[in-house]
This record gives sequence, C-alpha cells and structure tokens, in this order.
Amino acid sequence: MYSIKSIRAKLNKRRIMSAMRATQIRRLPGFGLTLGFTLFYVTLMIVIPIAALLLKASSISMEELVETFKTPRVQASLRLTFGASLLAATINTFFGFIAAWSLVRYRFVGRRLIDSLIDLPFAMPTAISGIALMAIYAPTGIVGKHFLAWGIKTAISPLGVLIALIFIGFPFAVRTMQPAIEELELEAEQASASLGASRFQTFLRVTLPSLIPAALTGFTLALARALGEYGSVIFIAGNLPMRTEIASLLIVSRLDENDIVGACAIAVVMLASTFVLLLTIQGIQWWIERKTGRN
Amino acid sequence: MSRDSRLSQASRDPKWIQWILIGITVGFVTLFLILPLGVIFWEAFRKGLKTFAIALSDRNARSAIGLTLLATAICVPLNMVFGLAAAWATTKYSFPGKSLLISIIDLPFAISPVIAGLMLILLYGIHGWFGAALQSMGLQVIFAVPGVVLATIFVTVPFVARELIPVMQEQGSEQEWAAISLGASAWQTFTKVTLPNIFLPLLYGVLLCTARAMGEFGAVSVVSSNIRGLTNTIPLQIDALYNDYNAPAAFALASILATLSIITLLAKSWLESKIEHRSKESEEIQ
Amino acid sequence: MSVEVQHVNKTFGSYKAIQDVSLKVHSGELVALLGPSGSGKTTLLRMIAGLEVPDQPVNQDEGRILFFDQDVATRSVAERQVGFVFQHYALFKHMSVFENIAFGLRVRPRNLRLSNPQIDQRVKELLQLIQLEGFGNRFPLQLSGGQRQRVALARALAIEPKVLLLDEPFGALDAKVRQKLREWLRRLHEQVHTTTILVTHDQEEALEVADRVVVMNHAKIEQIGTPEEVFHNPASEFVIDFLGSVNVFSGRHFEPSPEAKTDGAKVYVRPHELQISKESLGSASISAQIQRIQRAGTSAKVFVHTNNEQNVRVDVPIHEFQFMDLEVHQQVFITPLQSHVFSPEYTI
Repeated sequence: MYSIKSIRAKLNKRRIMSAMRATQIRRLPGFGLTLGFTLFYVTLMIVIPIAALLLKASSISMEELVETFKTPRVQASLRLTFGASLLAATINTFFGFIAAWSLVRYRFVGRRLIDSLIDLPFAMPTAISGIALMAIYAPTGIVGKHFLAWGIKTAISPLGVLIALIFIGFPFAVRTMQPAIEELELEAEQASASLGASRFQTFLRVTLPSLIPAALTGFTLALARALGEYGSVIFIAGNLPMRTEIASLLIVSRLDENDIVGACAIAVVMLASTFVLLLTIQGIQWWIERKTGRN
Repeated sequence: MSRDSRLSQASRDPKWIQWILIGITVGFVTLFLILPLGVIFWEAFRKGLKTFAIALSDRNARSAIGLTLLATAICVPLNMVFGLAAAWATTKYSFPGKSLLISIIDLPFAISPVIAGLMLILLYGIHGWFGAALQSMGLQVIFAVPGVVLATIFVTVPFVARELIPVMQEQGSEQEWAAISLGASAWQTFTKVTLPNIFLPLLYGVLLCTARAMGEFGAVSVVSSNIRGLTNTIPLQIDALYNDYNAPAAFALASILATLSIITLLAKSWLESKIEHRSKESEEIQ
Repeated sequence: MSVEVQHVNKTFGSYKAIQDVSLKVHSGELVALLGPSGSGKTTLLRMIAGLEVPDQPVNQDEGRILFFDQDVATRSVAERQVGFVFQHYALFKHMSVFENIAFGLRVRPRNLRLSNPQIDQRVKELLQLIQLEGFGNRFPLQLSGGQRQRVALARALAIEPKVLLLDEPFGALDAKVRQKLREWLRRLHEQVHTTTILVTHDQEEALEVADRVVVMNHAKIEQIGTPEEVFHNPASEFVIDFLGSVNVFSGRHFEPSPEAKTDGAKVYVRPHELQISKESLGSASISAQIQRIQRAGTSAKVFVHTNNEQNVRVDVPIHEFQFMDLEVHQQVFITPLQSHVFSPEYTI
C-alpha cells in the first residue's frame, strides 16, 4: 500500500522507535529493572501503609476529631510531648554545638573515643536506652537518689521525659554541626583577625552566622526524632496519664482499648507535624544552597 | 579530624576557653551517654555470672532471641537488595520525581515507630484492608510472627539506601561507562565495578540495618501480642522482664544488644578511618 | 576502519551543541578535534562513541554515523567496539593495573573469550607497550597521573578496537609530562595504526600529534586540514586567531591587497610573517618604535608600537636576530611578507 497516510504512519513509527531507542542507549543498562523494583518495594512497604493511615484519618468526622482533642488527657499529652521535645532539641543544639566544636577544633585525650560514642543513642535499641536511663535516674539510681535528696524527681516526671529526649536527640545535633564546622573557611577568620577583630568578635560575627543553617537542621532533626520517640521514654517517664504520658504512648493506649479512630487522630497530628518539620529542613537546605551557591 | 595543627593564630581559641568547652563536652557525654552504657553491664552482672547465664538460657529468652534473629534474617537481605536497587536507580539516571522518590524512601526514618505499627494494624488487622482476605486464608499477621517481621522491615527500609546514595552520587557513572564501552554486560559492570567501589558504605549500611532490626521496639510492640515464648522479640522480652521486676534478667538480655551497639560503633570508626586513609593515599601521588 | 559523520546535529534542551557537522576520518588516520570549550568537540567525540545520540534527522541522508559503510547511529556504545579513553581516566579503583587492562578481555561472552594464559600474554604485551612492565600489581591510587593515563590507554587498546577515541587525554597533567606523552602517543600510533580521534583544546598538541586537524567553534567546523594547512592557510578569522599568535591590523592603515581597502576589513599577519628593518622597504612598510625585546626561545620576540598607535609583535629567528642590531626605543620599520584577509561572511 503506497498511500501517503501509510507512508507517513511508517515514518512516524520509525521516528518514535528511534527516539525511544535513543533514550535507551543513552542510559546505563538496568534502568527498568532497578526503578521497577524500587517503585514496587516502596509502594508496598511505605506508600500503602501511609495511605492506609491517611485514608482512615480522612474518614474521621470533624466532630470525632474535636472530641478527641477536647479530652484533657490528650491535650496534656500533646503539651508534654511538644514542650519536652522543643526544650530537648534546644538543649541538644546548644550542647551539641559545643561538643562538635571541641571535637573538630581541639585535640585532647579521649577525643577519638568520645567521637565514636556520640552515635551511641543512635545505635542502641530504644528499649535498652529506656531501662538504662531508668536505672540511673530512678529514685534509687546512681544519679536519681542525689537529686531526690534535693527534692527533684528525675524519673516518673516530666524531667525524666526531658532527660530521655535529650539522650536520643544528641547525636543528630552533633553530627549535623560537625561537617559544617569542618568546612568553615579558616581564611575568613584570618581575614577578620587581620582587620583587627578579637577572637570573640570574629566568632560572633564571622563564624557563628555561617553555622546557623547547620544548627537549624540539627535542631529540626532532633525535634522530629523526639516527637516520635517511644521506647527510650516510656520506662523513665512512668507514664502517668495527665502528667507524664507522651503522645506515642497515648496512641498505644488507645490501640489497647481498641479505639483505632482515637489512635489515628493523634497519629495524624504527629505525622503532620513531622511532615512540616521535614519540609522545613528541605527549605533550610535549599536556602543554604541558594545563598552559598554550593551544590 | 582535628585541624588544630593547621589552625593559624587567628583561629585558635584561648586555652581557658578550650578547657571549659572540652570539660562541658566530656561531662555531657559522660552523664548522658557513657553512664547509661555502663549501667547496662553493671546491672547485668551485678547479681553474678550465674544469674546472667540462667537469664539467657531461659526458654522465653531463647525464643525471643530466636524470633529476633528470624526477623533480622528476613529483613536485612531484603532491605539490602532494595538499598542497592534504589541507590542505582536514583544515582545513575535522572528522571522526573527522583527527589520525591528519595524523600519517600527516607520516610520510615522520620515516622514514629508506634505510628508505623498503627499503619500495619490498619492494613493487616482484622478490620484492616487485607484483614478479611487474610482471615479467610487462615493467616494471621497482626499479633503474630509475620506482623513482627513486617514491622521490622518497615522501620529499617531506608538504612542501606541512605548509606549508599550519597557515596554513589559522588562517584558518578564514569567507571560504569568505561566498563560498558569495554564490552561488559550490565550485570558484569555491577558486580565487578560498582560493588567493589561501594563495599564499605554497603557494609556499614547492612550493619546499621541489622542493629536497628534487632533492637526495634516501638513498632514491634504495637503489632505483637506480647505473648512470651511466641511473639516476643528481645526488646519486648526485656520490657516484659522489667515489668515483672526481674531487672537482672532484663539487663542480661539488654547487654547482648548493647554489645551489638558497641560493635556497630567500633565498626563505624574503623570504616571511617579506612575511607580517610584511602583518600589521603590518592592525594599524595601526583 | 574509516569513520564518517554526515550532517549531524545535537541539542541539549535549548542549547545547540553540534550544528550540521560532517567529517570523514580515513582508516589508520590520527585526527585531532581542536577548539575552545563549548565548541562541541567533546560532544562530537561522544556521539561517535555512542555515549550521545544525534538529534533525529529531518531527511534520510542526515544524522548518520558510519563505521566503514555501516550506519551505527542507533547502536549502543558496547555494540560499536570503540576504545574510549575518558578525560579523568575512569580507571577501576579497586582493581590492579593488570586487571584493569584485562577487564575488556575478561568480560567477553564465553565463546568469544580468550583463555587465561592468552589474556595474561596480551596484558603483558600491553604493559610493555606502555612502558609499565612490573607495575601490573599496583593499584590506580598508587600511580602518577601520567601513568594512570597510559593504563587507561592500554585498557582501551586491549580489546583491539576499530577506533580509538581520546577525550582530552592529557588535560590534567603537567606541561612536561604532557609533552612526553604526546610524543609517546604519536610513536604508539605509528606502531599500532588504529584509527584515532583525539579531542583537545591545546593547539600545540593538535598540531604536533595529528595527521589532520579539525578546528571547531560554536558547534560548527571551521576548517579541516593538515597541521600545516590550518596553521599557514587558515580558512577563517577564528582559525588564525585560535592557532598561534597573530597581529590584527585594520584595513585602512595597511594595504597589502585590494580587499583590505574596504572599510572595516581586518588584516591578519602572524609575528613571523613580518619583517623588521632599519629602513623602509616600500609603501607597505610601517614605522614603529621598539618597546621590548624577549630574547629567550627559538625566535626573539620584538614588541613594537606603531605610528598608528598599535602594539605589534614581530618574531625574528634567533640566529638572524643576533646579526641585527636592535635595541629598545629604536625606530624601525615593519613590513608584511604575507597576510590573511577574510571576507565578512567568515567573521564570527
């Protein structure tokens, strides 16, 4: 058949096949296989579970939601969780900075050892950290009994929750600040000194500002981790409703009572705040790249 | 890596400041990190070696160890294969939605373990999406071993991928293209060129994945029925023993996992010093 | 094996990297693709290798890449059997030098594979060829840049490719090492005679090593010719400006030919094409004063300032210069022995 239509169709087909083939050979082999498997696994293991939660959450009516959040118990739990997490993240950022600075800039006996230990809360199972912290800060514990003598309860109290959250968030603060301090331009500090600035002025005006993005990232990561923490906290916290019950424990309690809706409602709030925090981190990093032009 | 020797006068802090900051660092780390680690071993061995041995040979303890090992043995190879595939797909090609994919892979890392457990219940629980189907097949996921395994897999999915992606990103694809131009097949290129180059980060990722899989608590406790001897992993067993006021036994089991954590930390130090050493070598020759 | 490129184009997004380029490389030839960054030379090389694909052609006889007489434009790099040497070597860091070179031989399908003793033999021969016998057990990280480059070359040669493609092979090396490797490459080519295409931005390299030079600029070919042709008979302003040094005169002040009389025409004269003398040699001579003399090298470089407020450089062969009595601040005359004028279409 030599109609113009069929010739054009043939040429088009050849053109498309040729273009597809062009894309294929431009890439390393294995694209289809690896991407296909990755998408399959991700969908199965991550996307579908999250979808299940989101769908369940969206099926909750407005009244039920409001009911849940009107409960004093829920409110107390959220206040505790967010409050303690924010405070813990702040403390971690402060001390994390000091630790990162010491580890990068100074030399002292045991530096290598301490550097390796920083990751301990990250590597240790949460339940283990939980019982260990409880053993130390309980009224009969090594540290706990001293504080008890002064009337301060370091366990079965909000302070205990705070201590646990500081423990698990510390590595995040240190590990985000270390690379930033390592990459500081020493020449900028030298330039500042040559222009007559004191060490403190140089630190305040030249060094610190360039470390703020890393500090913010570390803070946000520590915060995100603290909000969702479960295992390390429930032992030392004592889990007294209205006093030392963290949000994740509340979710578990609701599940034990077969109140799946209640559990989901709280879970969605937690998830939403984590999501916002993650976006903030992305935003900070994007802002850093734009400012410094680094890739 | 300390740069004190390379710091010029301008960047050196006065000695007294150094001492204060170092002091704070050591103090903080001791109080918050070293102490908890020490307490575990102290409590585990306080009542003597015999109690320790009895605790570990207890039937429920052994079944907990068995379940933990089973979950880990299933989870780690799966996530390792996934990590390799995901890292290859996201670092050797560009395609729309790549950043989104990488963010999704990171999600289990950011989600509270308890919420992860909740999600699994929503999927596989009696009233869940697949609940009815599972029931009709006589399979039980939640409150049974499969649930524990799935929970473990979920929380450790990103570990291997996260270690591989930055490294492979930095290495680029030149060596792979060289291999292809020399006639190697895709599989040959992957095994002979790519794998040797990512051996160290892969090892570390698998190590982290293993440590986390064995230690996962939150997600597993939600999906497990907490029946000792049946659906308890080591962390759950520790929890149970502790609640029974059987502290020595709890700490005995804890010391196993704590030792694993220490091994993980040491391995990381060693791996990092190897990588540093390698890059120093290549700098010297030119 | 001959390589021919017919009317290929390549666009990246909105950026045109190659515009209607055609080229024929004869079997056994060593051709250099020379040009500044962004000229498209690397893209062209990669298209020949199969690492880039030409744009979809509009007609049938466009966009073709021929190895002998076969169109390989749609064949993948593995199918083309080319030997590609990457700019940064891309050696397999975790394999020894020996294994790097043997790689292409080891990955062949079983029925085409040589036996192990045969592979060993071939690798040993190549190590000899690149003068790195005894280095077989070393690792890439333990080698210097020049040594790594030679290993990369041996690795590509091991598979006995029909075409050898080199992407700025000596770019990252010191000047002295570059020079040595350049000579070595030429000698190697005379031994092995593989059709070779080399990309470089270093004109000295191209002129020294190649049988023919392809000068490229802004996605197009400016000129193809032997080193002598492109240097002494440049086809455009770009070519004469890019290769070697050149003095530019405006047509008004300088009248070697009728074309130069046109307003705005530029006359190009190379430093060695000017004669310097104490007296005027005719109407073409220009009066000038010597500003500076650089005496080191095979010719003396005399920098003069003309009456027309122009700075000109004149090269005088050193043994001639020694007989002339030239000093700074002297008044002299410069006369062109040869000049190049290009009609406006060739202007960039």
